[in-house]
Amino acid sequence: MTSPADVAAVLSGLTEQVRAAAAGRRPLRIRAGGTKDFYGNPTTGELLDPREYSGLVAYEPTELVLTARCGTPLVLIASVLDERGQMLAFEPPHFGASATLGGCVAAGLAGPRRGAFVPGAGGVRDFVLGAKLLNGRAEVLSFGGTVMKNVAGYDVSRLLAGSLGTLGVVLEVSLKVAPKPVAEETRSFELGEAAALDQCATWAGKPWPVTATAWYGGRLHVRLSGAASAVALACDAFGGERTGAADGAAFWAGIREQAQPFFRRQLPLWRISLPATAPPLALPGEQLIEWGGALRWLASGADAAQTRARAAALGGHATLFRGNPGSAGAFTPLPPALARIQARLKSEFDPMGIFNPGRMYADAPG
Amino acid sequence: MHIPVEGTGPVDHRLRRRAAAALQGALPPGAVLVEDEDTRPYECDGLSIYRQSPMLVVLPETEEQVATTLRTCSSLGLPVVPRGAGTGLSGGALPHSGGVLLSLAKLSAILEIDPRARTARVQTGARNLAISEAAAAHGLFYAPDPSSQIACTIGGNVAENSGGVHCLKYGLTGNNVLAVRGLTIGGEPVTIGSAALDSPGLDLLSVVLGSEGMLLVVTEVLVKLMPKPACARCIMASFGDVEVAGKAVAAVIAAGVIPAGLEMMDQAATRMVEPFVHAGYDLNAAAILLCESDGTAEEVAEEIARMSEILRAAGATRISVSANEAERLRFWAGRKNAFPAAGRVSPDYYCMDGTIPRRHLGHVLRAIREMEQKYALACPNVFHAGDGNLHPLILFDANDPGSVERAEAFGADILELCIAVGGTVTGEHGVGIEKINQLCLQFDAPTREAFFGVRRAFDPHGLLNPGKAIPTLHRCAEFGRLHVHQGRIPFPTLPRF
Repeated sequence: MTSPADVAAVLSGLTEQVRAAAAGRRPLRIRAGGTKDFYGNPTTGELLDPREYSGLVAYEPTELVLTARCGTPLVLIASVLDERGQMLAFEPPHFGASATLGGCVAAGLAGPRRGAFVPGAGGVRDFVLGAKLLNGRAEVLSFGGTVMKNVAGYDVSRLLAGSLGTLGVVLEVSLKVAPKPVAEETRSFELGEAAALDQCATWAGKPWPVTATAWYGGRLHVRLSGAASAVALACDAFGGERTGAADGAAFWAGIREQAQPFFRRQLPLWRISLPATAPPLALPGEQLIEWGGALRWLASGADAAQTRARAAALGGHATLFRGNPGSAGAFTPLPPALARIQARLKSEFDPMGIFNPGRMYADAPG
Repeated sequence: MHIPVEGTGPVDHRLRRRAAAALQGALPPGAVLVEDEDTRPYECDGLSIYRQSPMLVVLPETEEQVATTLRTCSSLGLPVVPRGAGTGLSGGALPHSGGVLLSLAKLSAILEIDPRARTARVQTGARNLAISEAAAAHGLFYAPDPSSQIACTIGGNVAENSGGVHCLKYGLTGNNVLAVRGLTIGGEPVTIGSAALDSPGLDLLSVVLGSEGMLLVVTEVLVKLMPKPACARCIMASFGDVEVAGKAVAAVIAAGVIPAGLEMMDQAATRMVEPFVHAGYDLNAAAILLCESDGTAEEVAEEIARMSEILRAAGATRISVSANEAERLRFWAGRKNAFPAAGRVSPDYYCMDGTIPRRHLGHVLRAIREMEQKYALACPNVFHAGDGNLHPLILFDANDPGSVERAEAFGADILELCIAVGGTVTGEHGVGIEKINQLCLQFDAPTREAFFGVRRAFDPHGLLNPGKAIPTLHRCAEFGRLHVHQGRIPFPTLPRF
């Protein structure tokens, strides 16, 4: 573990780098493990690598709170939590052994459990309790806190989830953690796309302990987790084909890490976020559907405008997750009123526009 | 020496007449209240120790009328204070002497319940409980349940990011809102969030939730509904010592259980509510815990057995489990009526809202006991024990000279203690006007300036609810001086009683 003096020295190095970049209006490209380089639009600039700003700051299992510096490897956090029977309930993808906590929060990507039908499910932002941020004025700001409930000040720490480093360097994060479920089972069913979506909506209307779903290749997989009796009861009611515990765990890890063969084809991969009850996409390409229908992965060479128009018509949006975004950009453009607010927010935190220019949106700053 | 509060003091009648004429010309008859006798009901919210006459009150009935009001106010440079049901406990809806109090109570429709998507689209003035009532026919409910849920509005819940007794398991307002539609101070409509689980760009919903009406005027909210659990049962556990009860809470969490509700009441609180509610509380216990499980009957039986065992091992002196729904509701009735009960045993009470890391509970409660002596005021405690959110209820009598000041100073001491142990001054009631000075202690100057930056991004001229939630640099400098040299008199320009 790093000594306090080392931590202070690393922080002062990062602060100096930001100060110098801001003074010279030189862009910085924030990158730690680089496991999510593919995500978002390409950005240029001098490398700012915060990986040395690392280490667990506090972890108190009975308070359900963990605080760590941004460079802390995600695998370390997972294993520390695992030792105490706890986990990150948003089940973040690592996309590689070098993934860090800072990158996880900045990318804002959540895994299979994000789509759980049980109480307490949520995305990265739902579990962020506090954060420290190095802004474009080279100041260290401290938002939120380390307690479960806190409405003092605007909740900027949650705003950082998914901000892709455009507001500054996420230095430290406090997360709400969750106990691991006592029991877990995976079942699968032979079902077509429409029938699988329908089945998920029906399950979601009752308090079944569904913590993940994935449909592809004509098969719907469902993970049930919670109290032993609740899982047993659901298994009886659901039926389907049982997947063994080890295979089940491997299957969901494969979905989370996109190691399944579906994710390996040589086609652009769209991440289409929709209301769960939206009808089938009906776009050319192959799909893998998660989150009870709320997340539809589409491997397709389809035109960006057509894909985005269909997603918008269904009440959602389409991100080009893997592939060359070109002039269409990785993310769905914002309506003008929101774009203005976001551009102003960006310039409040990063007045010189130095952080990850263009990573989120190409034209306006940020 | 005192720190002036923006928007307090007498109303300027010439400005009032001019503003009234502009708004009356743009809005239907009756939508603008001008005379003192009509605006008086709006002079305070649920924190009645602070009162201020609004310059004008506007009561729009449609979103278009809200937009017209905002456009008019913004062109005249008039501050706007949005208000829901006025149940807020931090003075967040305290009027502005030179501004418009914008009551959104008439926008109360439940626009759409989609049982398949498990969502409800409601107008901002819809009551929290009305959403669950409308959803009940479909076996669904809206989970966040602040004590004021009979009266409080969803718009107010969004403004404060309200919690309730079930938020350890079900989350706060912020975890249960999918999208808001609102108007900027310029009257421009924006939709933030969507029926999908995420939206492109920065997650603006994060900052809008809990922003105390300072970023947008919310007109519509899309909330998540949850399937109603088939069964719920509640344990009432007695403890001979408050600290032992606190450790029992930690033991439950450490065992991997997230109860549907986990509340603590100290003896002063149980003795205060029992005569009114007859909840059957153990009045000899130093503290009781209410520990609820919900889910299928089998799951509940399993969890109740497990929690009972843990509580017993942690030193519970008596354990009873609700035998039926009536008894479960009675257990909760005592807790949910703690504030009204305080109002019945004492002429006035002042409810605090700090959150602390739970491990400091014993120390904090002991310190509050000492403060009771110091300020010669009683202070029963109710506590959202699962998530560390304390509600000390300082009892006082405003007719007793000096008592209001002692209550305020007592409250400020509690808040500062919460910060000192690594907690926060507000878990769910908001900063409003009440805790604005303590924010100087909780956040440093650059962080507070960043909050103003967020505000400017939405409302460049700072006309929405000015003077609330975030203290200016100047206020903090003044507070620092007062804090050190003279007791604490937060708002000497406001009338008190």
